[in-house]
Amino acid sequence: MKLLTHNILTSKCLKGVTVGYPLGIVAKEVKVNEVEFNPEFISRMIQKVDWPALCKAAENLGHLDNLPPAVVDDYENNEEFLKKAHHFLMEIEVINGDLICPETGRKFPVTDGIPNMLANEDEV
Amino acid sequence: MSGRPEHQAPPEIFYGEDEARKYTRNTRMMEIQLVMSERAVELLCLPENQPCHIIDLGCGSGLSGETLTEQGHVWTGVDISSAMLGVAKEREVEGDLLLGDLGQGLPFRAGAFDGAINQKSHNPAKRLYTFFSSLYGCLSRGSRAVFQFYPENSSQVELITSQAMKAGFTGGLVVDYPNSTKAKKFFLCLMTGGQQPLPTALGVDSREDAPNCVTFSQKSPCKVYYTVRCLAQR
Repeated sequence: MKLLTHNILTSKCLKGVTVGYPLGIVAKEVKVNEVEFNPEFISRMIQKVDWPALCKAAENLGHLDNLPPAVVDDYENNEEFLKKAHHFLMEIEVINGDLICPETGRKFPVTDGIPNMLANEDEV
Repeated sequence: MSGRPEHQAPPEIFYGEDEARKYTRNTRMMEIQLVMSERAVELLCLPENQPCHIIDLGCGSGLSGETLTEQGHVWTGVDISSAMLGVAKEREVEGDLLLGDLGQGLPFRAGAFDGAINQKSHNPAKRLYTFFSSLYGCLSRGSRAVFQFYPENSSQVELITSQAMKAGFTGGLVVDYPNSTKAKKFFLCLMTGGQQPLPTALGVDSREDAPNCVTFSQKSPCKVYYTVRCLAQR
């Protein structure tokens, strides 16, 4: 699960959850990959990304170093910023661990890079 | 006697490990899937040369996802079968994969995706409204969701389209090759952010009088008129 995907994941399908975002991460295994940099895509995604949630996620993974604390002005033309955003959004992958609902504490396990978002019958 | 997978077992049971591998290795199946996924992506009408963020609903072993990757898009796939997702992982698809039940709603933030595709043969019959409204929520304004589906009868089409409209979608049905029993394909093209013209269907004779694209809109939420001859024949 890339951090881009984590950034858009919520637990709001659970009963009793209002926002369900952002999900906490407790990771047992994290991988760093090399992914082709697409500045246009990153530029567009930055508009959708919740930057503080991204920082929190990177911090949870112990990979906070180098991540700018906020989106800079004129980021579309700032290649250095886009490259950093790309690295955090697309190249850091949680392989094993848990995602945690901020309202109920319910854990969603991540196994082999795949989060299990299946809820039990009585939870939805 | 129906050989449809959804009549035999729920998807997570039917697509166990053996079926999952069989489904993916069948070359003919793969060829068909490839053509269908290219068509579904075409129907998404994504802006030219712009990499988009797409959700593949029922991504299975990632066959459709590969078309998305090829076209430069970034995708996330959701499927209920961990066996199918396992095959996707083995095939090292680019998209992120999630194990989830579409009928429970989509666990994503508002406006997360620029488009959605669905090519599973399992129609999400239960909890349609939950599914469509959560899908509507996680698509950005002006995006589309394209479902390739296999309607059993016109009342099923009506049920699906009415739930989609209730959830806020506009759009319509595009039927490719309407006069060929073998080649006929149904695509439900849903839109957020107001009605747009539907893409043209394939295999249409210009002399034909009956249009094979049916549009529905918020103005007629309770009825969908079918002028598609092939549907009337069912």
